[in-house]
Amino acid sequence: MSAIAPAQPSRPATVTRSDAARPQHAPGRTRRRVRGIALGAVGLVCALVWVFPVYWMVLSAFTPAAYLRSSTPEFLPLHATGVNFSRVLEGGGFTSALRLSLAVTSLTVLAVLVFAFFGALAISRWRFRGRRSFVLAVLFIQMLPAEGLFIAQYKMLSGVHLLDSVIGVTVLYTAAVIPFTIWMLRGFVAGVPAELEEAAMVDGLSRTQAFLRITFPLLAPGLVASGVYAFLQAWNEFTIALVALPSQSSQTLPLWLREFLSASANRGVDWGQVMAASTLIAIPVIVFFLVVQGRMTSGLVSGAVKG
Amino acid sequence: MSHDAALGVPAHTDGAPTPPAARPATAPRVRRRRAPAAPYLLLVPAVVALLAGLAYPVGRQVVMSLQRYGLEQQFGQPPQFVGLDNFARVFTDDSLWAVVTRSIVFCLVNALLTVAIGLAFALLMRAVHTAVRLTLQVCLLLAWAMPMVAGVTVFKWLFDYRTGVVNWLLVQLGLDGFRDFSWLSQPFTFFLVATLVIVWMSVPFVALSIYAGLTAVPEEVLEAARIDGASGRQQLWHILLPMVKPVLSIVLLLQVIWDLRVFAQIRLLQDAGAPVSETNLLGNFIYELGMSRQDFGGAAAVSIFVLLLTVALSWPYVRSLLKEDA
Repeated sequence: MSAIAPAQPSRPATVTRSDAARPQHAPGRTRRRVRGIALGAVGLVCALVWVFPVYWMVLSAFTPAAYLRSSTPEFLPLHATGVNFSRVLEGGGFTSALRLSLAVTSLTVLAVLVFAFFGALAISRWRFRGRRSFVLAVLFIQMLPAEGLFIAQYKMLSGVHLLDSVIGVTVLYTAAVIPFTIWMLRGFVAGVPAELEEAAMVDGLSRTQAFLRITFPLLAPGLVASGVYAFLQAWNEFTIALVALPSQSSQTLPLWLREFLSASANRGVDWGQVMAASTLIAIPVIVFFLVVQGRMTSGLVSGAVKG
Repeated sequence: MSHDAALGVPAHTDGAPTPPAARPATAPRVRRRRAPAAPYLLLVPAVVALLAGLAYPVGRQVVMSLQRYGLEQQFGQPPQFVGLDNFARVFTDDSLWAVVTRSIVFCLVNALLTVAIGLAFALLMRAVHTAVRLTLQVCLLLAWAMPMVAGVTVFKWLFDYRTGVVNWLLVQLGLDGFRDFSWLSQPFTFFLVATLVIVWMSVPFVALSIYAGLTAVPEEVLEAARIDGASGRQQLWHILLPMVKPVLSIVLLLQVIWDLRVFAQIRLLQDAGAPVSETNLLGNFIYELGMSRQDFGGAAAVSIFVLLLTVALSWPYVRSLLKEDA
């Protein structure tokens, strides 16, 4: 979560040199400037290449089907229309998948936040017997691939008749997301010095009051980050959903998008609608993602104690 | 969970300031005396969730791998224990080893490519003007933020044989062989597209992590090297790269672990009519064995192999995280 990096230190070109040396270095400086421009151009080309699929998705979503089928693609929104979006929304499948996705995602976020917050509190505020093994277990568990477990998870859910249910998927998602969120929140909890809380207690607050009024607000950024992380995982997840929601009548958005594409494959894919559907799924993710990028790098309260 | 589950993985390096040295020594000790039960109670919900969602399935999987668990059991026959028969059966099957080899090659190619491109991007970001760097960062973030299913779907559209941009572009460049060229219907070009998708999705995390590592290199060190007459290349090989080596190795390890478990991207690309048996990776092989052929015993045996492999590979990463847990 380190995208917004500190400002670049000044470039070597600004190092002052004595006037006498300048003529000798002039060719070198020109060469350096040419090199700088060339590198900048390479950087811009890379940026364009990397963002192109995202751009193409949004552009195609707004382009009428007739233009998408033409032999020469258009690279600018010359014929923008919202018709692809309205077709997707009229279809009905999208809204029912959206409903299921929202249910699963919000339940997962809620469960993860509460459970992981308690867990993080336990391991960062107390040293207790078994703590080390718990931390070790959490770290290993977060590495376990869904791809090595989904068969057993499928058998488990079918055994207790929870296939195609919100509860079943939510349990699997919660278990999958908790380890990393405990680890992430642990850092945030440890970042709020216990001295702050103790100072508040010296000033007459009870332990609970001190926690709620002092520590909890300071943990808000950590909770937001963890919540967004859980949201992104649950909203995007495909593999577990594929086995836990086998029926066509219960699909989360990623499953539905796949189905939507396959269904239209027989009569020639309407890529405009498929891209509109992809865009609809991607937008909340991109928004949350960008929000949390900034939020998480803003530092915590390291200066609050030392003043 | 998914391949791009990386969101926030580096958070524990910069999102979490280390606590003041005095704190762990004093505060926890006070609490421990007062409420010995509290931490255990707080852990109960998380532990229950982990037991239900992960630990029980793992146990169930071990049992299943030792049982004859196929179609008959689906119709009510009790499964019988057969010892290591499933392992013997699956692991003497050549088709499994073909999949294992394919997965390892695919994984290594993807991980190395991702880290190489990520490193190049990070160095590029260091070298260019701020405006260019910010543009590149925003573009990388947008690609990183794309949901996996949406990303794969876009690539299917880009590589569509009739109206895809890629074929159009190649034909414009004079390569007429690519008119109506179907990328996803033969194994080699299928994996080429799969590699492009995965590298595209994974590079942002790698590039931004390495770049964060590069900015941590103190400018004075480089300044000193320049005064001593070190060339740009010497600075790169003798200062920058050694100093970001820890980041590089962790990122490479994570990529290897993640690329070994690629499943969904392959599954989604296969929908376009690829030869399934020639394009399956480990996860897909398990899925097919279990869900399509109903051989749950065999699928469980392969799954256990994958789990053990992951745990073995994860050990260095977990150890490096544990060091942070003062």
